[in-house]
Amino acid sequence: MIPGSFSYHRPASVADAVKLLSDLGEDARPLAGGHSLVPMMKLRLASPAHLVDLHGIAGLKGISRNGNNLVIGAMTTQHDLLASEEVAKSIPILREAALLIADPQVRYRGTIGGNVANGDPGNDMPALMMALGASYRLEGTNGARDVAAADFYQGAYFTALEPGEILTSVSVPVPAAGHGYAYEKLKRKVGDYATAAAAVVLTMAGGKVATCSIGLTNVHETPLLAADAAKAVIGTSLDAATLKKAAAAAEAIMAPAADARGPVEYRKHVGGIMVTRALQRAAANAK
Amino acid sequence: MAKTHVTMKVNGAEVEGLVEPRTLLVHFIRENLGMTGTHIGCETTHCGACTVDIDGMSVKSCTMFAVQAQCSDITTVEGMANADGTLSALQEGFRMMHGLQCGFCTPGMIMRAHRLLKENASPSEDEIRMGISGNICRCTGYQNIVKAIQYAAAKINGVEFREAAE
Repeated sequence: MIPGSFSYHRPASVADAVKLLSDLGEDARPLAGGHSLVPMMKLRLASPAHLVDLHGIAGLKGISRNGNNLVIGAMTTQHDLLASEEVAKSIPILREAALLIADPQVRYRGTIGGNVANGDPGNDMPALMMALGASYRLEGTNGARDVAAADFYQGAYFTALEPGEILTSVSVPVPAAGHGYAYEKLKRKVGDYATAAAAVVLTMAGGKVATCSIGLTNVHETPLLAADAAKAVIGTSLDAATLKKAAAAAEAIMAPAADARGPVEYRKHVGGIMVTRALQRAAANAK
Repeated sequence: MAKTHVTMKVNGAEVEGLVEPRTLLVHFIRENLGMTGTHIGCETTHCGACTVDIDGMSVKSCTMFAVQAQCSDITTVEGMANADGTLSALQEGFRMMHGLQCGFCTPGMIMRAHRLLKENASPSEDEIRMGISGNICRCTGYQNIVKAIQYAAAKINGVEFREAAE
């Protein structure tokens, strides 16, 4: 399979990249890891006339600490995340989830920026970013702005990105020391998108849940923050009745598509199970 | 569409060519360079048959454009043998442990295993299985591929290879 013809651009700075994207208009697409876009181009489901490759911009790669936040450059790959001691130490759920993304080869190329900016409801990082309270730095010809992950996703492949803007970094608040976390992802095989997945970040105090947030992957046209489910577990010791209530609250906001991964009822049902398992495991590994 | 001049290092030799931007790296390697050891399997980034090593990373060369490999250092399966032409530890492992049947996936398996062993010289069986989870084999059931990689790891580490009891 051979993609349609396009012109290739490799800017060396964010300013040049956004100028190119702005000048070239809708026929141009930014190219990050390319592991969503290139297959789409080979299938001729996407035929951009211009590709603006972001690999030439050195400043877009890397992980740094800024106060209580970890700032991850958009072109940082999943492999880079897995290799980062800082990530493993301070936000281990990112490492756990990155290991469940695609396969080793894809993780060498696939980027955090592409994963969160593409707007694909099957991508894993967006629900995590919502659960962690992360924000995205978007840069365009008019300057930079920060948008909360929770406000970024508008529909399948529709996001808060304006034409000509690119997502340049992700800023993730480091959760409290001793927090519990889990990303539970049901998938049919390595490399598959989730049938349903749930991210939980919580803190415990005296055997009871003190704070909790829950993100959901691939059970709606956007990633979801399951706020009611999270509220239902606060102050409890995650007894059976509470877990049931939380799963039901999460299922109530799910609206998955019926596809090869199963009918709607099944995907909602296993979505509830992912929430239950993630809550239990997060509580167990909280200190 | 105007062609672009690309240069890169492949198996230690400087190579160059004229490519359209849409030319996939795997097509450049196979058709421009005539190195057909790198295989094209699924063409959808699933099977791993086209895996090559680029600047220390295992990459599916069907999902990258040749223009993106400008100035890269690439190793393909043709570059895997020892300098004197004898089989490398990995190649020997695949031969001794019957790590292939039809052989179609083998170049990708070897290239992936090459990087896996560079990053982790003594992987557990689980780490090997996860390490090659982006490479599909339809013949072997993977058992002998895992053994081939264990054989190579043992040889590289200078220890005797013992097959685990089944």
